[in-house]
Amino acid sequence: MSQIALWGAVELGLVYAFVAIGVYLAFRVLDFPDLTVDGSFPLGAAVAAVLIIAGVNPWLAALCAMAAGAVAGLVTALLNVRFKILHLLASILTMIALFSVNLRVMGRPNVALINADTMLSPFYGHGLRDFMVRPIFIAVLVAIALFLVWRFLESDSGLAMRATGANPKMARAQGVDTSRQIYLGMAMSNALVALGGALFAQTNGFADVTSGVGTIVVGLAAVIIGETLLGARGILIALIGCVIGSILYRIAIQLALSSDVLGLQASDLNLVTAVLVTFALVLPRLRRGG
Amino acid sequence: MISLKDIDVVFGKGTPLEKKALNGINLEIEEGSFVTVIGSNGAGKSTLLGVLAGDITPTTGTVTIGTTDVTRKPTVRRAELVARVFQDPLAGSCGTLTIEENLALAERRGKRRGLTMALNAKRRELFRERIAELNLGLENRLGDRMDMLSGGQRQAVSLVMATLTGSQMLLLDEHTAALDPGMAEFVMNLTDRFVAERKLTTMMVTHSMRQALDFGHRTIMLHAGEIVLDVSGDERKGLQIEDLIQMFRQIRGQTLDDDELLIG
Repeated sequence: MSQIALWGAVELGLVYAFVAIGVYLAFRVLDFPDLTVDGSFPLGAAVAAVLIIAGVNPWLAALCAMAAGAVAGLVTALLNVRFKILHLLASILTMIALFSVNLRVMGRPNVALINADTMLSPFYGHGLRDFMVRPIFIAVLVAIALFLVWRFLESDSGLAMRATGANPKMARAQGVDTSRQIYLGMAMSNALVALGGALFAQTNGFADVTSGVGTIVVGLAAVIIGETLLGARGILIALIGCVIGSILYRIAIQLALSSDVLGLQASDLNLVTAVLVTFALVLPRLRRGG
Repeated sequence: MISLKDIDVVFGKGTPLEKKALNGINLEIEEGSFVTVIGSNGAGKSTLLGVLAGDITPTTGTVTIGTTDVTRKPTVRRAELVARVFQDPLAGSCGTLTIEENLALAERRGKRRGLTMALNAKRRELFRERIAELNLGLENRLGDRMDMLSGGQRQAVSLVMATLTGSQMLLLDEHTAALDPGMAEFVMNLTDRFVAERKLTTMMVTHSMRQALDFGHRTIMLHAGEIVLDVSGDERKGLQIEDLIQMFRQIRGQTLDDDELLIG
C-alpha cells in the first residue's frame, strides 16, 4: 500500500469516525438499533454540498447538515416512541424516505463540489501536502466531537441517557423521561452521522445519493473492532475505540483490496466488509472459548 | 401523609377478561409510619403498589402524596416524591453503570439533570460514606460495574439509592424475596434501620408474615382487591403469625362457601 493510499484510508476512517460515534450512541448507549444512518449520511452530504454550491459558508453548511441529520433522527424516534413502531422498522422507514428526500435536496443523484470553497480550503497550501491536510483537519474535528460526547455522557444528563438504554424501568422510577432521552439521543446520533456525510462530501468533492448504502455496517464494524481491541472499560475508552476501529477498518479494507495475492477488486468491497464484521463479531467469542 | 380515596382498578374493562384488581380502597398513611402489606397471590398487593408508584392509573378515585394530587401523574412525574426498591435485584439499578454512577443517578431522582459532571470529589465522598454504612466493603469498589455485585449486595445498594435523597414515600416491593435467607435478613434489618433513622413513610409488600408483623407500625391484609385487615398499635403487638394464618383461612373459606353457593 502506498503512502498516499494509507493517508487516504486514515482520512476516510476519520470521516467515518463520526458515523461510529453516532452508531455507538444509538446502539450501545440507547440500545436502539438505528438504520436511519444509511439515509442521514448522504443527507448530510447532500445538504452541505447544495448549500456550499449556493455560496453558503461551508462551516454553516456543515451545521445545517447536522440539523438535517438531527431531524431525521427525531423522525425515527417519533415513529418509535409516539407511534410504537418497532425501532428497527421505524429506522428503515426513515431511511427509505430519506432516499427520496436526498434526491429532492440535490435535484439529481450526484452533485460535484469541484472548485468550490470547502471547510478545508483555507488550510491547503501551507507547506503540507493536501492528502495530509485532510486527515489532520478531520482528526481535530473528531477529537472535539469525541470530547463533547464524552463530557455529555459523563454528566447528569448523559447518565440519564445511559440509564434509558440500560434499564428504562429503573430510569423512569428515577424520574428520567425516557421518551425525551430517546429523542435527544437519536437527534445527536444522526447529527454526528450527517456531519460525517458533510465532511465526506467536502473531502471527496461530491455528494452522491447512493453513498449511504452500508453506512450502518461500517459504523457498527468500527464500534465492534474498537470494543474487541480495547474491551469494555468506560465511556472514554469506548469512544476512542470507535475512532481507532473506524481507522483500522479502512486500513484493513485498503490492504485487502490492494493485495495482489488476494486478487480482490473494488466491487468486492461489500463482501470484504461483511467478512471483516463477521470476523470482529466472532473473535471475542472464540477468545472466551465459547 | 399518603391518602388513597375510593380507588378502583379494573383491568381489561369491557372485555370478557375484565378483572377488578382493587375495589374501593380507602387508605391513609400518616407521615413517618411504616406499613406492611400482606395478601395471597392476586390479592392486589402489586396493583396497590403500582397505583402509588404511578405505574398504574386507577380507574376511579384519587391518590394524594403529601399535598400533591398525583392520580394522573405517571411514574416519571412523581419520582421526586416516591422512592422504590424492586423485588428483582437487577431491576433497581443499571448493571452496565458503575456503583457510583448508579448512586449519582439516584441522587438526582426527580430533579433537573444538567450538564455538570455526574461525579465529583464531593459527591464521591457522600457516596463513600453512605455505602460504608452497609459494612460490605463496597466503599472501595465504587468504580466497579453494578453487575459485578451479588444479588444481595445489589439490593443493599438499591436501598441506599432509594434513601439517598428525600422522598415523601418509600415503596418496597417484596425486596427481600429473591435473596438467600441470610442476605434477606441483612437487607431487612438494614431497611428497618434506614427507615427508622430517616423517619420515612414506608409501604412494604411482603410474602413473609413474620416480616409483616416484626417490622413497621401497621399491617394491612388485602384479599380480592379489598382491605380485609388493618391493625396497628397494641392490637398488632398481640398478633401472632398463627392468628394471621387463621384469618387467611377464614377469608378463603368464606369465598369458597360463596362459590359453593353459586354452584349449588
